[in-house]
Order: sequence, then structure tokens, then C-alpha cells
Amino acid sequence: MPIFIDRRLNPKDKSLGNRQRFVRRAREELKRSIRDQIRIGRIADVDAEHAVPMPERGTGEPAFNNARNGGRRQHILPGNRHFSPGDLIPKPGQGVGAGASSPGNTASEDDFRFVLSREEVLDLFFEDLELPDMVKLNLKEILAFKPRRAGFAATGSPTNINVGRTMRNSHGRRIALRRPKQEELDAILEEIAMLELVPSSAAAHQRIAALRQELDRLERRRRRIAFVDPVDIRFNRFDPQPVPNANAVMFCLMDVSGSMGEREKDLAKRFFVLLHLFLKRRYDRIEIVFIRHTHEAQEVDEETFFNCTQSGGTIVSTALEEMHRIIRQRYPPSEWNIYAAQASDGDNSVTDSERCIALLDGKLMRLCQYFAYVEIIDKREAHIFGTTENGTSLWRAYSAIDLKWSNFQMSRIATPADIYPVFRQLFGKQPAVLKRA
Amino acid sequence: MARQAGKSDLLFSGSDWDFTKLSRTYDAIEAIAVEELHLDTYPVQMEIISSQQMLDAYSSVGMPLMYHHWSFGKHFLYQDLLYRKGGRGLAYELVINSNPCIVYLMEENTMALQALVTAHAALGHNHFFKNNHLFKQWTDAGAILSYLDFAKSYIARCEERHGLATVEAVLDSTHALMEQGVFRYRRPPKLSSERQREGLRERLEYEERSYNDLWRTLPPSQQRVKDKAQDPEWKKSLNLPEENLLYFLEKNSPILDPWQREIIRIVRVIAQYFYPQRQTQVMNEGCATFVHYTLMNMLFDRGRISEGAMLEILRNHSNVIFQPAFDDPRFSGINPYALGLDMMQDIQRISTEPTAEDRDWFPNIAGRGNWREVLLDAWAEHRDESFIRQYLSPALIRKWRFFVLGDAADQPHFQVASIHNERGYEKIRAALAHSYDVGANRPDIQVVDVDLLGDRHLRLQHKVNHGILLEDASRDATLRHIRRLWGYEVSLAAVDAETGLTIHERSTSQIAE
Repeated sequence: MPIFIDRRLNPKDKSLGNRQRFVRRAREELKRSIRDQIRIGRIADVDAEHAVPMPERGTGEPAFNNARNGGRRQHILPGNRHFSPGDLIPKPGQGVGAGASSPGNTASEDDFRFVLSREEVLDLFFEDLELPDMVKLNLKEILAFKPRRAGFAATGSPTNINVGRTMRNSHGRRIALRRPKQEELDAILEEIAMLELVPSSAAAHQRIAALRQELDRLERRRRRIAFVDPVDIRFNRFDPQPVPNANAVMFCLMDVSGSMGEREKDLAKRFFVLLHLFLKRRYDRIEIVFIRHTHEAQEVDEETFFNCTQSGGTIVSTALEEMHRIIRQRYPPSEWNIYAAQASDGDNSVTDSERCIALLDGKLMRLCQYFAYVEIIDKREAHIFGTTENGTSLWRAYSAIDLKWSNFQMSRIATPADIYPVFRQLFGKQPAVLKRA
Repeated sequence: MARQAGKSDLLFSGSDWDFTKLSRTYDAIEAIAVEELHLDTYPVQMEIISSQQMLDAYSSVGMPLMYHHWSFGKHFLYQDLLYRKGGRGLAYELVINSNPCIVYLMEENTMALQALVTAHAALGHNHFFKNNHLFKQWTDAGAILSYLDFAKSYIARCEERHGLATVEAVLDSTHALMEQGVFRYRRPPKLSSERQREGLRERLEYEERSYNDLWRTLPPSQQRVKDKAQDPEWKKSLNLPEENLLYFLEKNSPILDPWQREIIRIVRVIAQYFYPQRQTQVMNEGCATFVHYTLMNMLFDRGRISEGAMLEILRNHSNVIFQPAFDDPRFSGINPYALGLDMMQDIQRISTEPTAEDRDWFPNIAGRGNWREVLLDAWAEHRDESFIRQYLSPALIRKWRFFVLGDAADQPHFQVASIHNERGYEKIRAALAHSYDVGANRPDIQVVDVDLLGDRHLRLQHKVNHGILLEDASRDATLRHIRRLWGYEVSLAAVDAETGLTIHERSTSQIAE
């Protein structure tokens, strides 16, 4: 008789620690491939699992191995059909011969894709954005649900029994099935007791026997029909309801004229991704609208937004007008929370900048929950512009808005670490505080 | 039990299993195994696990307890991927050479499969582990689990004290040398008992507590150093040449702390534990397959397994022993299950129905009818190489249509050296046996010299057999790892085994860090 141990209920993920170690080790390369995927992928896809290729460096496990070729060796193979000793067989081109050498196991083991969880992906994404830990936690948090009473159910946990409902069902059933009441039994018992007190007579005996039989019948019936039967029991039902959420629309505005290069677009994309993550945490449903502009603006899909450049001048106000048009058409501010994020290198003509002020001040800021503007500058310029209020024409124009509207944020970014401060205000305030002006 | 087995009642019906059925089946199989095959096994501990847990076990080299290391995580990801893609099914069982013998059964198996697995692992492998001389001499089945437990907690403690990165660095380097971390010829010492290890730890702790930096400032006695340098005895005590690189580094590395040495020791002990398994793949699997095939058929003959279950068992059995020919796209080497089973059944045949040829080749066993004793003896005394050298019969060579292909690097052709004919039998048998000789087929690398008092240059030697060199990239990477453990320059000379000429030499000073 062997010993049996049922290990199925033992904790799973025994090798979770190994996996974490592995991911940590390959961190740099994984980060790069996640960044590449984010660059080519869609904004909304960041917040999910990602498959990544096995990193090449840092995860090799070397050992002394015999070289694949060179030297003299012998292969012993089964299944000879027509060879005789001395036959010459031409070697197939470079490498293994006739499947003779041992199968290249190691090569395939280092060359596969595996899936990183959403948590791991976000960790890697956040890494050089320098987010405060608190914020990271908040962004990773999955939408919270709150249980809400939603009628009754026939199944549930004992703590949720609804006594009122249960007793009402029980009562109805007892009436319908004519369960003998306690009073009926008491009445019979009383009568028996009375009859037993008086001297016995044949009639009395008969009566007592009949009564006892009746009593017996009633009691059996009572036993068969339970006071509270499982079918009576009702439980309070709870529906998980997402914590109050509404719809949000996020406008991504970007200058795509020739001056925006790969680096600028990459920074802008990260900026948009982060805003999307923030919003996703707060809203059930988010739509993203992409508006690109040169000297004219148009709404495009994500692919075109990030990948196509156009030639032309730069007139920022066209994008703002387009945004206003789309809001009027599709996103009534009474139903949608409107967020806007604009990325640009700051080039604009002076006259148009004034037009931008007029548009924002007069129309858009009133509709938007939040408007974030980032100006992507060269790393070398960072310390020149870092402190001064001077800058491009658009920057100077927007400075005026910044003073007037509290829900307007602007910042210059040169590295990924500069992105987060733009959101500091957005994150610091609760939605209720961000009221529409 | 034996009497009961005679009755014609089924052990189980239907495909669902439960613990009573498992237990009843095990008892019946064990009784018949002892009665008919005279097997002698460790007590069995059967553990039911889910597929997820099977994957976990895979990635930690099949052991129930293992320390943490990123490479296990990598293997897990790989196995997980294969499994999820359906590219590879999981093994139905996993068996651990321990006392009691631990057998993992997958919960997804049907009852028929569980019976097959019980016969295969809990009896076949178990008998082999307990009786084969390699396992008896070189592994300590009773102590391995507690040793692994110690290893796991020791390494976890080291990680706490010295940091993950430092421990990982030692493990990385040590893993690279795992194959060179076994004693091939010298018998390894017994695993120290828990109490001895406890004593060792206490002594280390005492040394750490009573450490006094003043001792370091004492000038070394010149006399002693000089004496030592001239003393040939001292070098002799290093016992060079040394084939076990990990052992050498653990004992002699000038830069390692005591805890790092202990980690090397742990990896070395685990490598040593697995060494017999690598030398007895054909025998071990052959023994288990032969046992399950024989026992299942006996049970079926006695009416204890239904026809449906037997059909399922046979289907799985034939999947396991499938051997495609060399030109089949599915060919990936010789299937140890198939070769082992065929050889053992062949012994049975030679013993009971020999041909004239068999009488000629195997006068000791042909026609004697004592195949049980012959097999028990083979299982106990042989490893793959010697087993094939002794028992591969011409009939089997013909059945498999073996041929030997010569492959010389300077020739544009392979040359067929021998086929299954009268002239070829001996040669094929020798060549096949040689290909299973782990010692001869893996690179032979030894420590040959070390300059302990000078620049501490460590010299290794690779004996090159038949002109087969090491792969360059992995050699350089491994040398870097040795350097990390040794702390000073390490060089590896490739020396031709026949002529004794040095082919080339590679030193860590030539390799970028």
C-alpha cells in the first residue's frame, strides 16, 4: 500500500520566484522590446499582456560543448535500406548531416517568444518615466467594483440569507401544503389529557385511541413538511457595479510637419500613452481622437497619426478648430469628459498663435476637463529653456492661457522623465475638483 | 495478495480514477511484480499533481524542492509555451530517485494510464534506482530530499545576507561548470548529515563573530612561505590533475568566501546526483518499459484489466516506443525506450527460444530459460555502454537495420563503415556502445597545473579525441565564468589525446570581460 499525497491544492506558481528573477535579469532588453512594441502598437494596447522575444544577452547558459563540425566521428543510425559498406554519401550543405548529429536543442530553447503580464509590462513602461510609487500603484490598479443590492437569488452564502423573504416563502408553502399547526396538536393533547382524567369508559378509550392516531398522523405530517425548507431560502443578491464612471474622450493633437522627427514622435507617443493610462483608470470607456496638423488639420487613425509625415507649414489653430468641430458633432460635453493632449515642437506663426489663444480662451477651455500641452525640445536646449518663460511663439501664447485657466498644463520635455510632471496636477486632484469652468 | 490476483475480477472499469482504485491497482501490480519478476523496490509515495505543477517540476530539473534561479524561470517559460501551443504533451509521470520513491501522477491521466504509469515508474524505475550499482554507489536516495531542503534554505539565506545579485553570479558561474562538477571515477563522499552541516555552520558563524582585523596586519613569516613553495608535497596535496573542476575551485579558489564555497558544493552535489541517470538512460527507460509492458500483459491475461483499458495502454505504449528510421523527418536520434525494451525482450527471447546464432554469441544465457535472473543481473550491474557492449545481439541489429556512418571533417562524403552483416555486427555493437559512453563523448577537461604562489595562473587541459574541438563562443563564455570563480587568469590548452601535441591555447586574458 503506497502513501498517497494529493498535491493538487498546493500553491501553484512554485516557479514564480524564478520567473521574476528571469525578468529582472533580462530587464534592459525586455524594456527595449516593450518600448519598440509601444512605438509601433496602439496607445490603448499598452495596458495589456505583451509577447516578447527571448532576450539574447544575459540569458545564455554557456557550458563546454563539443563543436558541431570538425574532427572524425561516427554516427550510428537505424533504418538502413540499401547501403553497403564503403558507400559514399555526399554531405548535405553546411551543418548537420542527415539528421545525424544531436538535434540542436539549445538553439531553439533560446529562441522563442513568451508573454509578459500586464503588470510586468507597465513596470517596464514606467521605468524611466520616474513616476512616484504611489502613482504607479494607482495606475496598475484594476478598476474597482462595488457590490450593489440587486434583488434576490436562490443561491448564495449563508451570511446573505434574507430572513424576511425566506420566512414569507416558508409561510406560503406551509399554508399550501396544510402543515399541521402547533395549536391543532396542542388541542388534541389537551383533549387526551382531559379524557384520561375522567374514569375510563369504552367510549372514552375509543376516543383516546382515535385521538392518538390523529396525533400520530399530524406529527408525521409535520415531520414530512419542514418548517423551513431549502426551497424557501432566499439570499440577497449583489451585483458588482463599477465605481461611478463615465465616458471620456481623449484628443491627441500633434504637429506632424517635417520638424517632428522620430525622437519627438516617440516622446509624444509616450506622453499620450501615459495620459491614456491615467484616464483609463478613471473612466469606463475612453475614446481617442487623433488630430494631426500641418497648415491644415485632419482627423486620422492611430496608424497614420504616428507614422506619416506631411510636408507643409504649421498652423496650430487649424487643429484646435478641428477639435472644436468634432466635439460639437460627436462628443456633447454634457455626456463626455473631454481631455486634450497636444504635442508640438512649438513652431507657429505669430498671428496664428493669437488665434489659438482666442480659440482656447473663448471656446475650448470651457469644454475641456483638462488640456495638456507639451513642447518637445532638443536635449541641448533643455537647460536654456528650462527656466525661462521665453520660448517659441506658441509657448508664449499658451503661457497666457496657463495663467488664466487652472485646468491647463504646459511643459517642455526633452527626456522621458520630464513627462510625468505634466500630469501631476491632473493626478493630484480628484475628478470632483476638476469642475468645468 | 497472490491468491487474490488469481480471481478474474477487474481492477477498475471506466476512465475515472480515485484513490481506492489507485491503491488497489498498485497493490495488484506490486504483488505480481514481486511474484513474477522478483522486483525489489523502495516504498512508494504517490503524489497527484496538476499540469501546472508538472510544468513547475519540469523547470526545476524534476526535483520537488529546488533553490531559486533565473534559468529555471527561463526553462519554465519555454516548457509552458510548448505545452500551451500543444507542441508537446507533458510526461504522464515523473519519478524521483529517493527513499521513499516519489512518483508524480498527473491528475488528467485516465485510470488506465495511471495503471500504466504505476507499473512504469513506481515499479520499473523504482527497482532500477534501488538496485543498479551506479545509483547505489553514487547517489544517496535516503538523503537527497533533506539535502535539497537544506540547499534551498541555505541559498535563500545567502540571498538575504549577501544580496540576490552576488548569489546569482556564483550560481551562474557554477551552473556553467555543472558538467565538469562530477567525479567520474573516484567515489564521491557520502552526503553529510544534517547534524554535521549544522556543526559546520556554527563553526563558520563563530569564526565570523570572533574575527579580528588585527591578525591581518601581522607580517607573514617569510620562512614558511618559502618552505611551502619548495615543498613538492604541498602541490601534491592538490591532487592534480583534477577532473572535477567545481571540486577544485571549491577547495582551492583563492578568492571565495565560505558561503560561496558552500554554494559550489551544493551545485556539485546535485550534478553528481544526476550523473548516473545520464549514463543509464537506455537501461533505466528500458527497464521501466519492459516492466510495464510485461506486467500489464500479465494482468490482462489474468483478466484484471478490461480490453478497452488494455487497448488504451497499448496505444500509449506504442507511442512511447516509436522509432522512426534515420531518413524519416521525425527522426531525432535513437529512442532509449525503444532500444532498451527491444534489448530486454531480446534477452528474454534468447533465453527461451534461441537460434543457433544466439547460442554462438551468448553461450551463457541462450536456452537456459532464466531470463529473469539475467535481466535482474543486467539491471543491477550495467550501465548503457556496458549493457549494449554485452547484450546487443545480431538479431536485433538486423531488426533495427543499424549502420555506422563515418564522418571525417576533411572528406566531402560520409562513408558507410559497417552495416548489419556478419562483418559489421561487432563493429556496430562497439560503436553504439561507445556512443553511450558519457565519459568518452563529453569534453574531457581537467585542471593540470596552478601557480599558487606566483600569479595564480590556473591551467586547464582539454584532451581532444578524434580532433573534435570545443565550440568557440560557449568555451570563451565558460572560461569567463571559471575566471570569476578563480579570480585570476585561467587558460585552457587543447591537447590531442593521441599525439600529446598542443593544438591551441586560450586564456582569459585574450577574452574581453
